[in-house]
Amino acid sequence: MIAHIFEDLCNGCGACVSACPTHVLDFGADGGAPVIARLDQCQTCFMCELYCPQDAIFVGADQTGPETIDSAAIRASGLLGQMRRDHIWDAPLGDLAPLSEYWRLGPYLMGGAQIAAERYARRHSPGAPDVG
Amino acid sequence: MSALYLETDVLIIGGGMAAAWAAIAAARTGVEVVLVDKGFVGTSGVTATAGPGHWWVPPDPKLRAAAIEKRQASTFGLAERIWAERVIETTWRTLPQLAAYYPFAKGGDGETYYPGVRGPEYLRALRNYAVDLGVQVLDHHPALELLTHRDGSVAGAAGHARLERRAWTIRSAGTVLATGGCAFRSGLIGSHTNTGDGYLMAAEAGAELSGMEFSSIYTLSPAWCSTRTLPYSAARFFDASGAELDIPPMSADKAHTRALAKAMLEGPVFADLSEAPEGLKPLLRRIQPATIAPFERRGVQLFEERFEVKLFGEGTIRGTGGLRIIDDDCQTTVRGLFAAGDAATRELVVGASSGGGSPNSAWALTSGQLGGAAAARLARTQGRRAGERAQGCGRTGLRPTSAARAVDQTAAIEAVKDEMLAYDKALWRRRTSLDAADARLDAIWTELGQHLQAEGLDQVAARETAALVATARWSTRAALARNETRGLHVRADAPDLAPDGGRRLLVGGLDTVWTRFETPVLQALQAEVAA
Repeated sequence: MIAHIFEDLCNGCGACVSACPTHVLDFGADGGAPVIARLDQCQTCFMCELYCPQDAIFVGADQTGPETIDSAAIRASGLLGQMRRDHIWDAPLGDLAPLSEYWRLGPYLMGGAQIAAERYARRHSPGAPDVG
Repeated sequence: MSALYLETDVLIIGGGMAAAWAAIAAARTGVEVVLVDKGFVGTSGVTATAGPGHWWVPPDPKLRAAAIEKRQASTFGLAERIWAERVIETTWRTLPQLAAYYPFAKGGDGETYYPGVRGPEYLRALRNYAVDLGVQVLDHHPALELLTHRDGSVAGAAGHARLERRAWTIRSAGTVLATGGCAFRSGLIGSHTNTGDGYLMAAEAGAELSGMEFSSIYTLSPAWCSTRTLPYSAARFFDASGAELDIPPMSADKAHTRALAKAMLEGPVFADLSEAPEGLKPLLRRIQPATIAPFERRGVQLFEERFEVKLFGEGTIRGTGGLRIIDDDCQTTVRGLFAAGDAATRELVVGASSGGGSPNSAWALTSGQLGGAAAARLARTQGRRAGERAQGCGRTGLRPTSAARAVDQTAAIEAVKDEMLAYDKALWRRRTSLDAADARLDAIWTELGQHLQAEGLDQVAARETAALVATARWSTRAALARNETRGLHVRADAPDLAPDGGRRLLVGGLDTVWTRFETPVLQALQAEVAA
């Protein structure tokens, strides 16, 4: 769930308030940082991070309940903005780099499934040792 | 703030890929289009958080026939070949239109790779394309109810703008519902807003649903966070003692899910990804970065350490049920109302098996294109009719039949989750447990209808609660009526195919739910000829 908005990094643009698909956030007072108003609606989708131009938001890994985080440790961890950097979200439109490896998803998914299927068949072949 | 009132030619309700493609198709014909979404077009729904692959077959008749034939068995007689042909052709022609907005890169063969796209980038591109075509996008404008003319045709919708905190009413000549499916609040990534709102709104206007028994399907994820599944396809599984579990591979589909569910009913299950394809390990971050975050931020080395896993229900998202479609325009049984994506039944393309994967993305694109274009045609032929009287059809959660009073909505949603998602109930359906679910959900529905009412922003949650309960009731009644095992629908007390089961099952009704098997097209034609 969304864990923290770093107020000193936030410029109050409100992009996250709009981008959050589940209406977790309210605009802050007087152009300040947004308020986490409905945490129970957070689905841990990381979209607010993707849409934050300031890398001011940190979403925790746990979707089952609120998390307390050590904000100094998060700041030092380098994880702020990780989602945006991994996506290469701000690349100009003609730049094909962000999705250059994306075609491999299908082959790797099928490759993994193949590994599992062969393993299962091997184990269930006559004379194979018992598993489970 | 005063209420918002708009008149338009076409109204699209929803904000995922089907909604965006519908808006694009309508706007390309030159009509005025307004799109309202509960969330934000770009992040809303299960496509934005995923990476849809589209059914992609070059226009070679032999290749296409083979692609359709390959999936024939898994439709269990409920699909129509012409729809498979239509979605393949429409997808092939349409998806490359997005090239000015989405960075399609080269694939393994050196050619531009179109079929697989990453969710956030795809939805951002669709939004930009729609906006450039003149579509008015209204984010955070959840619809609460449909409006109908006196002749019963749909006249628009009304809702609540949740950032501005004001009511809205939009009159339209044609309306496309692309509100997604319903995952019964399972926690599936992207599905929090997928509460079946469109099913409820449409049913209140008189629409019928189809295939709601195909609503029980699950996706594997770490127990603490639902993700996409790319790295898990080669997983080995272990119980709490460290003993390896004998789980059929993911390709075994139902057997895989059921074996995992059976183990999870007994205790925690752990996944080991060490045998994942070696090439994937360094590249996962480039391909599916959002899948890494829940591990990285928890300090779990995903390819090295074992971690607990869970199954997240997908309901009618990767199930196939939804609003019944009665023509090539994706019209519902209500005039002026079209359905697209997971809001509509996907049985026409995939029958009784999963509505997920590439056929479903192709369906979302195609049904959006067809419904959007048809709604625009309707606007041109009949005009907006905005001067006519129109009435809101919303009932449960909006207009209680008795005195309004506090209703425990959390308990209602927990009951829906229990009846629709508990592994033992959903994967091994039985008449006894379905009857019990039906009675429990009926009682909740009655209480909601009599007493639930909310104001302002709280109306949105009240209608979500109503839609979740309504969807659960239709699914349960359909599961009872289909007294056999077919595709996704498994009846532990009727494990075989019934000889007369190759027909789609319709369901509808609000206070009184009904079911009826549809007469197959061929039989209907024969009867007509005989008469």
